[in-house]
Amino acid sequence: MATSVMEHTPSAGLGARVWSWITTTDHKRIGVLYGVTAFAFFLIGGLEALLIRLQLSHSGNTVVSAQTYNELFTMHGTTMVFLAVMPLSAAFFNFVIPLQIGARDVAFPRLNAFSYWVFLLGGLFLNASFLVGAAPNAGWFGYANLTSSQYSPGHHIDFWVLGLQVLGIASIAAGINFIVTIVNMRAPGMRLMRMPVFTWMSLVTQFIIVTAFPVITVALVFLMFDRYFGTNFYQVAAGGDVLLWQHLFWLFGHPEVYILILPAMGIISDVIPTFSRKPLFGYAVVVYSGLLIAVLGWGVWAHHMFQVGLGPIAESVFAATTMMIAIPTGVKIFNWIATMWGGRIRFTTAMLFAVGFIAMFIIGGLSGVMHSSPPADLQQTDTYFVVAHFHYVLFGGAMMGIFAGIYYWWPKVTGRLLSEGIGKTHFWLTIIGSNLAFFPMHFIGLLGMPRRIYTYDAALGLDTLNLVSTVGAFVMGTGMLVFVFNVLWSRTRGQPAGNDPWGGATLEWSISSPPPAYNFSVIPEVRSRMPLWSENGMTPVPAVPPEPVHVPPGSFWPALAATGIIVAAVGAILKSLLVVLGGGAVLIVAIYAWALEPFEV
Amino acid sequence: MTAVAHHTSTGLDNRKLAFWMFIGSECLLFGSLISTYLVYQGRSVVGPTPEEILDIPLTSISTFVLLMSSLAMVLALAAVTRGDRRWSRVWLLATAALGMTFLGFQAYEFTTFVHEGLTLKTNLFGSTFFVLTGTHGAHVAVGVLWLLTLFVRSLQGKLGPDKAINVEITGLYWHFVDVVWIVIFTVVYLLS
Repeated sequence: MATSVMEHTPSAGLGARVWSWITTTDHKRIGVLYGVTAFAFFLIGGLEALLIRLQLSHSGNTVVSAQTYNELFTMHGTTMVFLAVMPLSAAFFNFVIPLQIGARDVAFPRLNAFSYWVFLLGGLFLNASFLVGAAPNAGWFGYANLTSSQYSPGHHIDFWVLGLQVLGIASIAAGINFIVTIVNMRAPGMRLMRMPVFTWMSLVTQFIIVTAFPVITVALVFLMFDRYFGTNFYQVAAGGDVLLWQHLFWLFGHPEVYILILPAMGIISDVIPTFSRKPLFGYAVVVYSGLLIAVLGWGVWAHHMFQVGLGPIAESVFAATTMMIAIPTGVKIFNWIATMWGGRIRFTTAMLFAVGFIAMFIIGGLSGVMHSSPPADLQQTDTYFVVAHFHYVLFGGAMMGIFAGIYYWWPKVTGRLLSEGIGKTHFWLTIIGSNLAFFPMHFIGLLGMPRRIYTYDAALGLDTLNLVSTVGAFVMGTGMLVFVFNVLWSRTRGQPAGNDPWGGATLEWSISSPPPAYNFSVIPEVRSRMPLWSENGMTPVPAVPPEPVHVPPGSFWPALAATGIIVAAVGAILKSLLVVLGGGAVLIVAIYAWALEPFEV
Repeated sequence: MTAVAHHTSTGLDNRKLAFWMFIGSECLLFGSLISTYLVYQGRSVVGPTPEEILDIPLTSISTFVLLMSSLAMVLALAAVTRGDRRWSRVWLLATAALGMTFLGFQAYEFTTFVHEGLTLKTNLFGSTFFVLTGTHGAHVAVGVLWLLTLFVRSLQGKLGPDKAINVEITGLYWHFVDVVWIVIFTVVYLLS
């Protein structure tokens, strides 16, 4: 049975093209939507960072008020974690995973669309807080009781608590979807230990997502009930304990760190072998290290809370588990280096970013191990030293890995290569800028400058270091503009990519770029971990399908269901039960329509 | 279309696997709620306390009702699988009715507590008790809605043996919600 595919041909009217994007259930197009949206949020978060750095460029500065500064650092952190790095990873999950495992789509295409629309609307909802002058302002980890109605009246925290709950729905739905996809939709012969490492690390990430997000959801529900219905979860006067928030938040928060970094580790585990022309050194060890990181990641949360004074036994245990998690991480680093060792290395932009990841992540990892010691941590916590640490792992690590992935898979997504020359300019501006911006923060922190304070005194003697950091931030910002230019340049002038511009080893390079709607004209049988590098590693995939391929139609209901959820959240901001119920009604209608519409995968 | 589209690597149905993952996720949700209840146990600064207000005999009855609904669910699945339309309708409706009876008990319990001076705001016990059991009740309510939907589909003649997987997944959810109640009943009522 053949089904016609709605292609976004230029001849179709604008309305039809927009509609085809709203109703799309194609994992590739949803991946593109995720990527574009998340990058837009990344730029917004970057602008917030530049404003922060501008304010801190010299002592006693008055670019923004203390109140605005609170909003900027809160939204910068929240945006980068939930609206930029996670969904940028999700863009890769969407686009790459089905191609790497030899599937025609994800297990639940409509649920996939639903995740995207919830993410988009949730991100817009969070940022709409700026428009009404009530952006969240209690830090990305929103410690109780800064967030209570008593200490934070107004809608700032309401936007945050509702927005994060909404985004959690998107993450859990997508997590379940990708677990089922990876576990159940593999091509014949694609055994677990033949899967590309990116798919492996994505699978591990999804398990962390579906287990960690319910915990923050509960923490947020408590906070929402405290603020809306007067419960006592974080009310000290009623016997409540503000530490409950910290435990629940960091029980989620530390696994979240691995949600951010493991996909990037997966990306560079695919990029480095391709450009070293060597199989990944110790594939199984890299996979098991990823699993071990996920397991250990659940047992280290209290190292975020050493300043609380948990007692010597608890602190020793959490110090030990934290040090232990450095072992599988270190193993991976040695594996990447050993992969390059003796390889025929090609320093393409993707490879440069991957190597940049390793260098930056080592620095961030080392300062991380320093924090694992409670006495050292007590000196470093709440200072810029910690800011330096997590920017090395999250920018130097996660974002560099994501850029490696963007340069690597861009030709597969668009059919055209990004410019290597412009790309290398982007890379050098990024690596120089980020080190200029973040390295001085180590000293700024050790010299005593606290985080989350809108200005500092000239007598601290930190003006020069802070100015260097600010200059670095703007160098990075310039690098991002160069990247945007590269993207625009590539749309018209990028070289056609062909199936396999890099000589990659994995399944996605066996099909055309961009891939056809059905991905594989015939589902191949896989006989090797590196099907394209092995003699007879897979059965051939003809360029034209020998028989018609069924492609699922689009659906409007996922987008409508997401709209219902966000209407309910808006109703909660307006404190209008009618609007909340209206949103709920839309959601229910959409769910029934979704369940009853004929939709053959 | 080709048969390849429905082939799965593990042989398990995609939706069933997804539901097991969802249940795993829900375990963490209820785990967090129950842990919070335990952490805050006995820390309320004012009454009423659980000992003063919980009605164990009454809740034992509603617990029994919910347990019986799981039995009805099993029978419903068996009836749908063997294509027995009449009994699948009977048992689907019975499961939903027993679920609604449980919710009725809960509504009565909540109303009584409010009359006796225990609300969400009263103390830590009120906050943790209502949010924990309320979340569970909401899950039961979703299950009831789901069962009634299946019942209607059966009346429409659209719930043949080929759709047994739909009932099986509903059953997974229903049994899970039941098991969670056993834990809540033990922790909140029996151990108080």
